Amino acid sequence: MSETDLQTIFDRKIENEVKIEPKDWMPDAYRKNVLRQMAQHAHSEVVGMLPEGNWITRAPSMRRKVALLAKIQDEAGHGLYLYSAAETLGTDRERLVLDLLEGKAKYSSIFNYPALTWADIGAVGWLVDGAAIVNQIMLQKTSYGPYSRAMIRICKEESFHQRQGYEILLTLCRGTEEQKAMAQDALNRFWWPSLMMFGPSDKDSPHSAQSMAWKVKRMGNDDLRQKFIDQTVKQADFLGLTIPDPDLKWNEEKGQYDWGQIDWEEFYNVIKGNGPCNKERLAARQAAYDNGAWVREAATAYANKRAQRRDKDAA
Amino acid sequence: MERKDWPLWEVFVRSKAGLSHKHSGSLHAPDAEMAISNARDVYTRRNEGVSIWVVESKHIHSTLETDSESMFDPNEDKIYRHPTFYDIPDEVGHM
Repeated sequence: MSETDLQTIFDRKIENEVKIEPKDWMPDAYRKNVLRQMAQHAHSEVVGMLPEGNWITRAPSMRRKVALLAKIQDEAGHGLYLYSAAETLGTDRERLVLDLLEGKAKYSSIFNYPALTWADIGAVGWLVDGAAIVNQIMLQKTSYGPYSRAMIRICKEESFHQRQGYEILLTLCRGTEEQKAMAQDALNRFWWPSLMMFGPSDKDSPHSAQSMAWKVKRMGNDDLRQKFIDQTVKQADFLGLTIPDPDLKWNEEKGQYDWGQIDWEEFYNVIKGNGPCNKERLAARQAAYDNGAWVREAATAYANKRAQRRDKDAA
Repeated sequence: MERKDWPLWEVFVRSKAGLSHKHSGSLHAPDAEMAISNARDVYTRRNEGVSIWVVESKHIHSTLETDSESMFDPNEDKIYRHPTFYDIPDEVGHM
């Protein structure tokens, strides 16, 4: 079959909402685009464990501790689903991990902010996971089959993450003045970085238009961000907290909220590696990789020994 | 086997007794025992299953997309393989 024919089959599949599967022909640029996005997504799940891991030993009760542990364990699983999906496009796990450690691959800018107080754990669940869910619900319908299936599984597991975060903040907001102030402070620091999670405005995003045409993404960054804002404002109201945006106002005519300006300079600065925790996050991943080396070696040695023993028994 | 050669395993989970195993996903592990143990942690954290199969991916053979026409299309004109092809009077009742 000629490349033109293959391209036609591919285009027809995209048009008719037929998923692209690993062994199907696909344009190189599509493969590269989906691989980049899945790898970034996988790295984000894994690096995302770090700000929260910092609070496991300091969780205020056993109930909070088991919930946080379960959430972080989920993130590890989500990283695995996504690495597996990425590997279907012809890369290997080791390469993906090294790309992150060598600074060649990106992860979500949000995880370069620190979780300074217990209220931050609430804000991360409510806002960061909330924003991630808005994005991931859209990605359930992505055109690449393995990515779509990973997203469906992840969405199913992730709704508890947001609820546990909101519950933390609700408890703080119903507590003492100091506790409520702590919740407000967490919202103040996490609101804008959460909005940045959706990426640059579509007009400034290098990949957006092509990703939409290939149906890798089903909604633009700006629409997703707006959706997140519209659903989050009333949740903040219920907590009795103030979203740190003086321009935030309901627009009756548009049926959505008007809101202020994102500081894109901050966003690009964090992406470039100058956020509060970029170096710390990568150092933690490198340490985990190095300190885990003996475990991987031991598992390999054990498997080799058992295989040898089986061969001997068979002989 | 070197660490980077850990094979890929496909994981199949039986969600409850009486149902068949269904593909859940994949993972790397040095041997079957560890693949099962990791599959338990990754794919059955919320009572998703009562039994797990793992199969090394390299042992799975599949049809090719380019074959799908010759493979599956011949079924389309054999509607007599379906119950609705046959006319049975209503009086006979459910059959």
